[in-house]
Amino acid sequence: MDRMPAWADAVLVPLISILLAALLSALVILAIGESPVEALLLMVDGALMRSTGWGYTLYYATNFIFTGLCVAIAFHASLFNIGGEGQAMIGGLGVALVCLFIPFPHWSIALLVATGAAALFGAGWALIPAWLQARRGSHIVITTIMFNFIAAAVLNYVLVNLLRPAGAMDPATAPFPAATHLPSFHDMFATADNPLFRGSPANVSFFLAVLACLGVWLLIWRTRLGYEIRAMGFSESAARYAGISPVRITVITMLISGGLAGMMALNTTMGEAERLVMNATEGAGFIGIAVALMGRSHPLGVLLAALLFGFLYQGGAELALWTNIPRELITVIQALVILFTGALGNMVRVPLERMFVALRRRAS
Amino acid sequence: MTFAKTILGTAATLALTSGAALADPALIYDLGGKFDKSFNEAAYNGAEMFVKETGGSYRDIDLQSEAQREQALRRFAESGFNPVITTGFSMSAPIAEVAPDYPDTKFVTIDGFVDPETHPNVLSILFSEHEGSYLVGMMAAMASESDTVGFIGGMDTPLIRKFACGYAQGVLAVKPEATVISNMTGTTPAAWNDPVKGSELTKAQISQGADVVYAAAGGTGIGVLQTAADEGILSVGVDSNQNYLHPGKVLTSMLKRVDVAVAEAMTKGEALETGVMVLGLAENGVGYALDEHNADLVSAEMKSAVDAAREKIIAGEIAVHDYSSDDSCPVINF
Repeated sequence: MDRMPAWADAVLVPLISILLAALLSALVILAIGESPVEALLLMVDGALMRSTGWGYTLYYATNFIFTGLCVAIAFHASLFNIGGEGQAMIGGLGVALVCLFIPFPHWSIALLVATGAAALFGAGWALIPAWLQARRGSHIVITTIMFNFIAAAVLNYVLVNLLRPAGAMDPATAPFPAATHLPSFHDMFATADNPLFRGSPANVSFFLAVLACLGVWLLIWRTRLGYEIRAMGFSESAARYAGISPVRITVITMLISGGLAGMMALNTTMGEAERLVMNATEGAGFIGIAVALMGRSHPLGVLLAALLFGFLYQGGAELALWTNIPRELITVIQALVILFTGALGNMVRVPLERMFVALRRRAS
Repeated sequence: MTFAKTILGTAATLALTSGAALADPALIYDLGGKFDKSFNEAAYNGAEMFVKETGGSYRDIDLQSEAQREQALRRFAESGFNPVITTGFSMSAPIAEVAPDYPDTKFVTIDGFVDPETHPNVLSILFSEHEGSYLVGMMAAMASESDTVGFIGGMDTPLIRKFACGYAQGVLAVKPEATVISNMTGTTPAAWNDPVKGSELTKAQISQGADVVYAAAGGTGIGVLQTAADEGILSVGVDSNQNYLHPGKVLTSMLKRVDVAVAEAMTKGEALETGVMVLGLAENGVGYALDEHNADLVSAEMKSAVDAAREKIIAGEIAVHDYSSDDSCPVINF
């Protein structure tokens, strides 16, 4: 055995990567004349030390869980779905349409129907690239990324020309009726003398995201379909030999993937803004790629990575509020984490593996 | 756990000290970014004007995401900043949401509209961009030799169409046979900050014969002005006075005095009067820029024609159609 133990691969590699990214970020902050220690304390204080901070951290994490799962499940079939962004936008359109035009009596029913609509619209948006990949061999990386732009243009057209209330400047729909408003963490957990999560956007869709993690885990490792997806991911020719249709699996996997991305819109559209705005996804579809890479495409890993990115987003907002660190630099810090955990995983893994092998040799 | 205690202690101190002095104003820039040389930068310049004139201080934030809109409003209001000034129409919905929770804080939305009946602590400042754009449209038409002028907008929104419609009306008032080419940079907020695309669109319009282009596109306009200067045609800047960016190459700039509005709101502080304020030509809220950088480009004839039109618009003799009043423009299709 010249491999390192599984726990080291799953725990040590991401941990060391984060530390390296943090170290480099600290140097960057030092270079512009701010204190990295103070910056870290501000981030921790703003994101984790108060309930409103957690409200934001979990709100961002909810987005990243959905988009992370979207990318992760496609990875299992060795498909690279970069279209989470567009699928989430169109999912948001589905949410907006049902919320605006169906008079719901209660939010729970609205949530169920809107979840269906979000998943359906997201999946529908993934269907064409999936079919093109399966039948025509058009590379899914190219087609999904192009579909992101088409989605933005479609959404813009619909918002500006069809759904925008007359006289409004903002390319956004009218606010959703009150019956469709999802209970936020503030509504659920705050008491009269303890206003927890006040004003923060985390809402009931976080639990939906956690359920989705469980669902994806069951699907991938506990069902026949999941086995077929993984089999195709490992070797398409072997899967074909075993009687698995790559066309069918490609399309089904992408539909599930797109559906998960679409469900992200529940959080931003129904949970936070309570109307559909143009910029509802704001790059979460792309962060999903980093989350899936860092979480090693495992739902639990995705959950943890999403929490880390939620922390970075909320902590970054605090930095922007109370320090003079420009917002571009905050993006740089977030990008460093993505670079180290996602793209440069092997930079840490290979030396670590060598170290473990050397240690084992010495022991034996 | 002494380490944890230290962290907690420091965090608490930070939280207290970051609360800042009482009743400083706060300024929230829209997603285009603080230094866009245009709309947001005008707000920043206004804030700096306030600092210089009164010796006061303020805090500002450059937003990164939609969810931060409400967050920044609440955090500033909770920390005692007053008034909280915001730029961009996208802030009006979050302000309508947040303002009732902080009745003692005054909120200002520039370019946005919040109903003063239901939100007594909000001041909505609107500009008559179509009037200012009309004037620079007249100037563009007079300066054009090919009788073809261009318009490059940022994100395709009703506000930008309002600029384009006013501009086209001004052009056609001078030269009824002229052609106005209109392009939008994009359909996402990234269109506010994409100078490369702005440059490409400018080249495309030049190849169609345009020899004056008007950029109403935030940071994207930097690319438009640059390319226009490189290719030897004239351009028209927007929001801030952008004449200085390429002296002798920028015909004029459509001024939107966001800086004055911000400085005034900050100076009035807690005594700010709320409600709705529309700043047009009559209030000097919009206008065209004339300085040493474009003095040679603006002929006396041009100036007298534009000033006459200005007087007529103020007197109501010329009615410039406002796109946002009925979502349509009589002279240009989008």
